[in-house]
Amino acid sequence: MKMTRRYWLVQSSRFLLIGTPATVAFLEAQGDAKKEAAAPDSYRMADHWWAMIVDVEKCIGCGNCVRACAAENHVPDGYYRTWIERYVINDWRNETGEPQVDSPDGGIHGFPPKAIPVSAKAFFVPKMCNHCADSPCTQVCPVGATFVSPDGVVLIDPKYCLGCRYCVQACPYGCRFINPTTNTAEKCTLCYHRITQGLTTACCEACPTAARQLADLKDPKDPIHEFLRNNPVQVLKPHLATGAKLFYHGLDGAVR
Amino acid sequence: MHPGVEGFMYPNEFELQWSVLIVLYPFLTGLVAGAFILASLERVFKVDAVKPTYRLALLTALAFLLVAPLPLQLHLGHPERSFEMYVTPHTSSAMAMFGFVYLWYLMVVLLLEIWLDYRKEIVVGAQTDTGWRKWFYKALSLGSYNISERSRRIDDRLGYIITIIGIPSAFLLHGYVGFIFGSIKANPWWSTPLMPVVFLFSAMVSGIAAVLLIYYVLTKWRGQQPDVNCMDTVAKYLFYTFVIDFSLEMLDVLHRVYESEESFRSLDFMVHTRLFFSQIFLQIIVGTLIPLFLLGLNQVIKLPVAVRFRMYITAASLTMIGIFSMRWNVVIGGQLFSKSFLGYTSYKVDFITREGVLAAAGLTILPLFILWFLIELLPPWQEQAKA
Amino acid sequence: MGSFKDAAHLVRLVILIAAGVLAFLGFRFLAVPAGFGQYGFYRGPALDDIRQRPISFAGRAACETCHTDQHDKLAAGPHKGVHCEACHGPQAQHASDISIKPVLPKTPELCLQCHEAGGAKPKKFPQVVSAEHNSGIDCKTCHQPHSPKEGPA
Repeated sequence: MKMTRRYWLVQSSRFLLIGTPATVAFLEAQGDAKKEAAAPDSYRMADHWWAMIVDVEKCIGCGNCVRACAAENHVPDGYYRTWIERYVINDWRNETGEPQVDSPDGGIHGFPPKAIPVSAKAFFVPKMCNHCADSPCTQVCPVGATFVSPDGVVLIDPKYCLGCRYCVQACPYGCRFINPTTNTAEKCTLCYHRITQGLTTACCEACPTAARQLADLKDPKDPIHEFLRNNPVQVLKPHLATGAKLFYHGLDGAVR
Repeated sequence: MHPGVEGFMYPNEFELQWSVLIVLYPFLTGLVAGAFILASLERVFKVDAVKPTYRLALLTALAFLLVAPLPLQLHLGHPERSFEMYVTPHTSSAMAMFGFVYLWYLMVVLLLEIWLDYRKEIVVGAQTDTGWRKWFYKALSLGSYNISERSRRIDDRLGYIITIIGIPSAFLLHGYVGFIFGSIKANPWWSTPLMPVVFLFSAMVSGIAAVLLIYYVLTKWRGQQPDVNCMDTVAKYLFYTFVIDFSLEMLDVLHRVYESEESFRSLDFMVHTRLFFSQIFLQIIVGTLIPLFLLGLNQVIKLPVAVRFRMYITAASLTMIGIFSMRWNVVIGGQLFSKSFLGYTSYKVDFITREGVLAAAGLTILPLFILWFLIELLPPWQEQAKA
Repeated sequence: MGSFKDAAHLVRLVILIAAGVLAFLGFRFLAVPAGFGQYGFYRGPALDDIRQRPISFAGRAACETCHTDQHDKLAAGPHKGVHCEACHGPQAQHASDISIKPVLPKTPELCLQCHEAGGAKPKKFPQVVSAEHNSGIDCKTCHQPHSPKEGPA
């Protein structure tokens, strides 16, 4: 058959005639699936805006939180959804003015005793995902596999993540890692599976001194409102304007 | 404890996220952008002296562009999900733009321009060649055998417009890679508005140097003499581009040293220790200062042709090493220090793993094989008479 | 018609590109996962996937429904802020099926995790240098874990 203009016009219109209804049918099937996905239950995301308070002055570095998180969330060895750092800050006149920091295995076995000079200041700082409201990690995800949920928790969809590691690079706090088994990004989920059922996070459950407390900014009865009103609070790396919702009380300026 | 780690790092920071393959990717796309800019010098800016390299530059760009997605695929945790970037691209992510910018550049700019420029040879080949080559040319011709004067003029005009569109497209293809790094506020080694510009100019340097080398080697291999005027002009543009590139990089360094903000002490220590060989020695001295001297000398005094050519080839070869080092220093260097600015880790490249030396070397050589194949099918030499 | 004849190859090219774009759009409609975009730029069902993950810690309230005597002892002493599973470990399995017997934690290792003086602990927190304080003797000899100020169990 000669490849005339007419021939091509006929072929293209055949393609369109068959292709268009097929695509419309698929579109409708997708729409039905969307409606099925939203199941009714008593937890309403719009009623919550999750945050966390950490009181540095109460942390004793026992490592219970790290162990509890690892047990609850099956965190792989050598990676940490939460960890504790020990700071020893000598008198500021030392040569670099920098703190000595250590975090042996994230603090999962506690901290070995350390001789600390009398003139030094020493404390523990628990770290975890800050569940930023203006999260830089969700901004850079190329496919929408990590996101801020409607109730303020930064989550990862392990079925969609392609393991490009861009989010790990973009997090200023070092709280993300790639799970070596699933090859997808992973991090603290604020125990989303627990808090949506009225439980608290595993780390808060395990903390013996209430140094860590889950907070719900949208709940008028939550103690966080009084806490924020009455105490100076800090977030990590405020100059990066991440909208971090992990509020520290008693955070020394030297903490990185 | 952790081998290769000194000082304090956040516990999830010990291992590097992006490997040598992510160093290779901007290197390859840089060659593409640079080679194309060289081609556009002739087509749009009417620098006739570089005409002998025009078709070769386009084929070189294509060969490297075809290989460019492979290091990215090898590096992904789930390469089988990479289609997601086309299906649900997150528009706030520079990386999501990769798929579309790449497709646009490959299809609309590079393939179209090559097709338009070679159409006469394609049609002739479809009608006179034999065997599988005939079918290849027939497919490329899209069944249209009109190579009249007027159709050739239409092709030429369209090719000119494509090249004009292609220049900002080439900037976008490589500039967005610089933006991927430059927009990460969490990483002070990367976060600078200069990053896309530095990436772009170093890309142009590497692309021009690559075409210079390939042109010289291929011409010699065919038993001919490289066009002196062409070589001189390409070397001249290489020199000018290099001066701009080096100035931009030094501006970044100067700015950092002068402002000396929070991260500076940590980064400075890193450059003087872990990054000393690759940054100070390979990138700056071997890869930039020596080539600048060799090229610059030829702008002020007239040396014999043989000596000039040797200097150009040496300069171009060292430049390739230097630009690769630059990519290394940006990508790997940005991951060697802790975001707490209190510690450092080290990078041990494996040999035979998916992201190891062998994979990187293979991916670097593969485009040369593809180029050889392209030259066989679409010879860039005007006076080619294949037996 | 002469002008069109000279550009025929371009028309074929445009048709080819249009076919490609249509094929891509068709693929796209097939490949976008169900529920994507429901709440934002992500797969809505992912929230349900995450919510359905299994629980390991039952939570203090679950323990108190049965163990009221231990709860009362705890509430009266300095350990009143310590949740049960902070020492006893994850017990969600036991809470849903009491035939699963939890393993009692080992003292003194358990106690020293918090109370060993390590230098960086807040000064007001009760801590001892175990070598001097009890030199290897089990803490339970003098302190009852649920009400440690009371004396031996």
